[in-house]
Amino acid sequence: MNRDQIRSVVVSQLGTIAPELDAATIDPQADLREALDIDSMDFLRFVERLHEQLHVDVPESDYGRIVTLEGCVDYLASRVS
Amino acid sequence: MVDFRMPALGADMDAGTLVAWRKQPGDPVKRGDIVAEVETDKGIIEVEIFTDGVIDRMLVGPGTKVPVGTPLATVREAGASIDAGRVTLPSPPPFAEPRPKPAVVLEQAPARDAPDEPPHEILYAHAYSPEAERVRVSPYRRRLAREGRAESRPPPAAPHATAESAQPTREGRVRASPRARVRAQALGIDLRTVSGTGPDGAIVERDVERAAASATPPSLVAPAPKPPADAQARMRQAIAAAMARSKREIPHYYLAQTIDLGRALEWLAAHNEGRPPTERVLPAALLLMATARAVKSVPEINGRWEGEAFVRSDAVHLGVAVSLRGGGLIAPAIHDADRLDLDALMRALSDLVARARAGRLRSSEMSEGTITVTNLGDRGVETVYPIIQPPQVAMVGFGRIVTRPWVVGDAVVPRPVVQATLAADHRVSDGHRGGLYLAALESLLADPEKP
Repeated sequence: MNRDQIRSVVVSQLGTIAPELDAATIDPQADLREALDIDSMDFLRFVERLHEQLHVDVPESDYGRIVTLEGCVDYLASRVS
Repeated sequence: MVDFRMPALGADMDAGTLVAWRKQPGDPVKRGDIVAEVETDKGIIEVEIFTDGVIDRMLVGPGTKVPVGTPLATVREAGASIDAGRVTLPSPPPFAEPRPKPAVVLEQAPARDAPDEPPHEILYAHAYSPEAERVRVSPYRRRLAREGRAESRPPPAAPHATAESAQPTREGRVRASPRARVRAQALGIDLRTVSGTGPDGAIVERDVERAAASATPPSLVAPAPKPPADAQARMRQAIAAAMARSKREIPHYYLAQTIDLGRALEWLAAHNEGRPPTERVLPAALLLMATARAVKSVPEINGRWEGEAFVRSDAVHLGVAVSLRGGGLIAPAIHDADRLDLDALMRALSDLVARARAGRLRSSEMSEGTITVTNLGDRGVETVYPIIQPPQVAMVGFGRIVTRPWVVGDAVVPRPVVQATLAADHRVSDGHRGGLYLAALESLLADPEKP
């Protein structure tokens, strides 16, 4: 799976949490929690869906590495088999 | 036979719109089954039934807006003899304790007006009031009431009007039995268009049903839903009404305490270690668990203000404030939250938040909360000053977990801390007791392994 495909999955899963999300407007460096107004429950759900879709288990200690779109794609790209 | 009625699903809900039936006449139902969907100002709520039996008849079609307390359907109770003249409520009293005498509205069908009615009284309890109960009235009292000479008249109708109190006077010169009036209102039938076949041409229930049958039959699903903007405006109005009532009627007092969460969060990190995301527990669940369990120390903050008195609840049904995307707020309850272990509470919280945001909450979750908690930490807020959800008497708030310098022994060390606040009703408790509650909360969070 390449970066574009991973990005597509990430954006798609974010869209299930924030339906009004416009992928084109996401700042890749912005904190997704603030940019999309998602709380800790939403964020946990996001992590759950990444696990389901990409089979990557993001431990709590790594949450800080996936809070931006760019960081999330980087992190997942390094772990997707 | 019992009536399944439009419930009150919020502090200031006066009416609701039946959106869809989930059951059909003849369907068996068990306590807790979802029977209908009702649209309120706070969204669509799944309404449960609180008796076992068989659905007899639907009295209201989808798309119909009726006052709280209006019969929506009749249910034949399992194993019970038919007692068609007595009306029960859609929900059992949430509290097991004795409670004040209920507000009732007495309506009596004069025999000459209502040959199709049972020969005994028809009593309408205050709609969905948790303290409401069945009441028997002697024939003499009924006659006095009918003649307006009752020695001890029942209290006036409470804000949650029944179908009868929504029609404060008889409708001009139209002669109709009380049951016919109820049915006409529920079915949206104008009595002036109905021909009566009762004594002296009075309209009786079967006349209304005949008129309804000749009209367009209701479909199973309501017409197109209202636009979201309108729904948001109505939710805003509902929140405004509830909060204005709270500030108008409840003498709040506020207490705050900073609590060291260091040990709790270390314990939680170990608890979550190695678990898949679906089994992880958020700090919010830990705060909820402590909130619910601390109630044991100060039970007078858990319950409801009913009429002129506090009714304590032995059960802790913990309301959780959930913000909705696009604006708005809803506070459904997790039942018996004090009895759930941390994992079960986390699952209940996750499920509740998901359903709140999807518009799939249940009536008991909306009507039976005994204390509520709000957590605004995710938004960066450090201290919350909650507004109590009437008729509850307390609300707990949590802010953001922040790292602060903290004195431990002789050293100052960085510790994660949270501001816990309590807003409580001064009619029921005092600051001293509220302080004991926050102390109990702190004690529980200091020792999260404590059962």
